[in-house]
Amino acid sequence: MIGLVLRRLAQGVPTLFAVVAVSFFLMRLAPGGPFDLERPLSPAAMENLRKVFGLDRPLIAQFGGYLAALAQGDLGPSFSFRDRSVAGLIAQGLPVSATLGALALALSAVLGIGLGTLAALRQGGAVDRVIGLTAALSLSLPSFVVAPLLQIAFGLTLRWLPLSGWEAGSPSHLVLPVLTLALPQVGALARLTRTSLAEALRMQPVRTMRSLGLPPGRVTRHTLRGALLPVVAYLGPLAAALLTGSVVVETIFGLPGIGRYFVEGALNRDYTLVMGVVLLVAALVIVLNLAADLACAWLDPRLRVAR
Amino acid sequence: MKAAPTPGRRVLSRLVRQRGAMTALAVLVLVALACLAGPGLTGTEPDRFYPDLRLLPAGLGAQPDEAHLGLALERIAFRIRARVAEATRDGETLRLVLAADAPIDRRGLVYLPRSDLFGPARVVGEEEGGRRLILAVPVRALHFPLGTDIHGRDLLARSLVAGRVSLAVGLTATLVALLIGIAYGATAGLVGGAVDAVMMRIVDALYALPFIFFVILLLVFFRASLGLMLVAIAAVEWLDMARIVRAQTLSLRERDFVRAARALGSSTPRLLARHIVPNALGPIAVAATLLVPQVILLESFLSFLGLGVQEPQTSWGVLIAEGARSIETAPHMLAAPAAFLIATLVSLTVFGDGLADALDPRGRET
Repeated sequence: MIGLVLRRLAQGVPTLFAVVAVSFFLMRLAPGGPFDLERPLSPAAMENLRKVFGLDRPLIAQFGGYLAALAQGDLGPSFSFRDRSVAGLIAQGLPVSATLGALALALSAVLGIGLGTLAALRQGGAVDRVIGLTAALSLSLPSFVVAPLLQIAFGLTLRWLPLSGWEAGSPSHLVLPVLTLALPQVGALARLTRTSLAEALRMQPVRTMRSLGLPPGRVTRHTLRGALLPVVAYLGPLAAALLTGSVVVETIFGLPGIGRYFVEGALNRDYTLVMGVVLLVAALVIVLNLAADLACAWLDPRLRVAR
Repeated sequence: MKAAPTPGRRVLSRLVRQRGAMTALAVLVLVALACLAGPGLTGTEPDRFYPDLRLLPAGLGAQPDEAHLGLALERIAFRIRARVAEATRDGETLRLVLAADAPIDRRGLVYLPRSDLFGPARVVGEEEGGRRLILAVPVRALHFPLGTDIHGRDLLARSLVAGRVSLAVGLTATLVALLIGIAYGATAGLVGGAVDAVMMRIVDALYALPFIFFVILLLVFFRASLGLMLVAIAAVEWLDMARIVRAQTLSLRERDFVRAARALGSSTPRLLARHIVPNALGPIAVAATLLVPQVILLESFLSFLGLGVQEPQTSWGVLIAEGARSIETAPHMLAAPAAFLIATLVSLTVFGDGLADALDPRGRET
């Protein structure tokens, strides 16, 4: 078990290396630099800045330097936020994104799996059709349409909730962004659960359980355990995506999260900040995929032997 | 005795019986036809600015109506250096009397047809030595059923033109992802062994990459363009397709007809083209149908961030971004493109589900 975890984490190292390498060289190949201002700096000042940040060295040496610092857990200084380290910026933005993401994940998992189960139990019925259509609709509503609509409805018309801002994570500021983030995932999870459970309910063991006279609730519970495997596998990458923030939601609601730092970093050619965020996301994807696999093994004993 | 229906026919008849899927298909065909043929039929050009008809709400009435007519006339009269002394509308012609302190320069009358609201003016009479002009001006009747944007462009025509781009991007990127995914997945599944293991490890590794972030980086650093966006979207979306095709191939590989073909000496490419891919087409078709909305959504997401389709081209995402910016003053600017986008995406999803049900013989509605 521990061996498996360690092996999987070790397999993630080459992936992380690839992420660092691709994003590093991609950014350096691109035209423009972090110190291109609208009013150009004097050549001497530019030279000085480049020296301070080590941009005058050969590219390979810079890459080596970055990797060496990274190995010691140092993500380097930010290029655009003066006197701030990338690690510091991430430490500031991650709690915002993670709070939103965790709440949205919990909400969409509860609602999505619940609705999907209900639809699978009422296959072909009116409830199933309504849930199916709602799920398709929720998948098709882009967050950048939902967010302004929610702002209009609850912020401007009803005046129940603030339009945007963070305010140290006060609950009223969280409601609209969390709803926007969770909505499409409710649909995705409901559809996944419905398909998987509907398929499982057609299998022999279920017929046996029913014929033995087990109450429907118990039958559902037993079947759901196995049927949730693809759902749990989907939750891994979903959690990573939600925890690291949605660029759109953070932009529209004016939240100081990771996604916004990333976009601002990319626009300002803030090399280290962009790499730091990309690296963080990739690491989270790997860890959470592993967590999802472990959860699958817990749900389905057959998977424990296989790997 | 009648011949048994072929599997393809059976799927088709099951599909036709699903009302939801058929409704969705009808909506899709309608949207596609409207986008292809519609911009020519709206009576307005999508790129035409009507400075006198900015931010019209959605409505069926002919424009310019009384209020906008007055404003437009005042603006044009100002440019001719005259005042509107009298304006009476009689159906499609307007009796307009312009007055000024000095004789009116008739060359200024070209401003009337130039606004696109009026036809060429005819001078009926002249009074006070040219300081009063009596004109007969034909008034055009324009229709903006979905309103106009901040620059006075017809939102219906613009939504339809934008739809062409969105649909084209959705179909092209899906096709590219489909081709890569099928080739990759079928090869991995059919060859098997170490090759399969290595190929699927690569897919696993790619899955762990934060692709959305790479797409954004690519589009920010290298000037955003339609082609680059297509490549970026296809590069993200082929992974799922590869997995689906591989799983199908694995189950087909050991079937008797494939083994027979192999025993008869079919080469791997021939096996793929003749036996594996045609038999896996059902699930591939379902996955592709469900992929198109994802691609369109991704395109509009990137365009919303300003990284996708660039002016003067437009897409639903671009229009929605414009609408979202002015939602407090003009909610109809968001409503028009969003309605098109959402109707298309929902229909694609519902149709994909129907196709999946029709292809799955174990489904309930058989």
